[in-house]
Amino acid sequence: MGFNIYDFSGMTHNMHLWFMERMSPTATTIVEWTVIGVSYMLFVALFGLFLVYAERKVCAAFQQRLGPMRVGFWGVLQTIADFIKLLMKELIMPKSADKFLYNLAPFIVMIATFLAMAVLPFAKGLQTLDFDIGIFYVTAVSSVGVIGILLAGWSSNNKYSLIGAMRSGAQILSYELSVSLSLVTIIILAGSMQLSVIVESQRDSWFLFKGHIPSLIAFVIFLIAGTAETNRGPFDLAEAESELTAGFHTEYSGIKFAFFFLAEYINMFIVAAMATTVFLGGWMPLHFGSIESFNHVMDFIPPLVWFFMKVCGVIFLIMWFKWTFPRLRVDQILTLEWKYLLPINLVNILLMCLVVLTKFHL
Amino acid sequence: MNALFKYISTVFKGVGTLLTGMKITGKYVFTPWNNVTQQYPENRDTLKMFDRFRGEVIMPHSENNEHLCTGCGICELNCPNGSIEIISKMELTEEGKKKRAIDQHIYHLGMCTFCNLCIKACPTGAIVMGQNFEHAVWDRSKLTKVLNQPGSKIAQGVKE
Repeated sequence: MGFNIYDFSGMTHNMHLWFMERMSPTATTIVEWTVIGVSYMLFVALFGLFLVYAERKVCAAFQQRLGPMRVGFWGVLQTIADFIKLLMKELIMPKSADKFLYNLAPFIVMIATFLAMAVLPFAKGLQTLDFDIGIFYVTAVSSVGVIGILLAGWSSNNKYSLIGAMRSGAQILSYELSVSLSLVTIIILAGSMQLSVIVESQRDSWFLFKGHIPSLIAFVIFLIAGTAETNRGPFDLAEAESELTAGFHTEYSGIKFAFFFLAEYINMFIVAAMATTVFLGGWMPLHFGSIESFNHVMDFIPPLVWFFMKVCGVIFLIMWFKWTFPRLRVDQILTLEWKYLLPINLVNILLMCLVVLTKFHL
Repeated sequence: MNALFKYISTVFKGVGTLLTGMKITGKYVFTPWNNVTQQYPENRDTLKMFDRFRGEVIMPHSENNEHLCTGCGICELNCPNGSIEIISKMELTEEGKKKRAIDQHIYHLGMCTFCNLCIKACPTGAIVMGQNFEHAVWDRSKLTKVLNQPGSKIAQGVKE
């Protein structure tokens, strides 16, 4: 096919060469880091704003309301106005808070989010880091965020914050198991932990379809556990408004609160992006085995569009969970994980091994 | 074995109930024309409040300026926070008998909690809940209203 406009690897390579011609290798590295960092920050800010707006609109639709309608057309500027308001707010610190940890906590949460985003393949060649242990890396760094949450709860010197943080810690540590094991199911199928390889091997058929019933179960478990890990939806007892005012970020205001808020939404994006990459074929277009014309039409939609369409679909599903199900109690959350998700997951891995051993997926 | 069967059935039952909930909320999402939000100041001209809405207590008058109030004072007795004051007067009927009639049905809108007890208690159905809800005024005294119009009288045939 020759030059492919949907392939970004050539573009990034040319950019690298362009910089190298004009600068020393050190300067090139610094400039490239800056460009990547700025683009990630821009993406987080813009997509975070979009997600907040989308959440408010979707929530409203689930409750037969309209949501924000006044600021801008259909309220599209509402979140920008809210963000400006947050920026102008005074940063209030509790008198007896641990000052250093209190100020550090939002940044740890934010850094964990950025770290996890680094390996996500947005399109072919549009991936910052391509580890051969990509999935392992994501599960590892995404659980760093819980340290920030625990620090926030502890340093605020507020019993509600502490209870919220402890609940959050117990929940994230438990559900980390299910997330990892459901990803292990797919690693067995894919035979690789490298995200680009995983996406590439879904060219003909997504893993959700390729792995038959085991990967469907793994997908459902990943969605449930991923929702729990982002402290969202029916698992938001860490910030249960009616019991703990706001949980671990009760004492935060202004931009520090915005950091927690943004990190929560971007974590939701990361969960959705991981689900997309691992189960729904990443940026690969939807292909059905033998229908050539259909496959050809699908190829015309750019991979970035595919990726974001799938991500938005998964995000909509997660929002659907949140606005439908009632909040679980602490004991119910731990029962769900340790008595249901974990045993089902282990049996599911066994099933997937059988599928792979009998070459049923080929 | 029985326990395992029970465990599996619990899982499926749980997933089933969750799907039921998602089906209901999903129906809300995909039928946006059933939304209940009213964009109030914009649709002020077309806004129609629902039948059971309690805006204020009103006394309907016929085109002959006749109402159904006998001045019995039951609404005043039933009002839990004294929003209604009945001032009655004595009138002579055609047969020369003395009969009680309403002079002023005073309604303090500012004190009303819209509990609907007066309307339920009224034996002749003289007062009803109106649909108007734009009650903002600059002066508190404007919230005290006289419900029977000046010069109005009771309709024929209303039994006490």
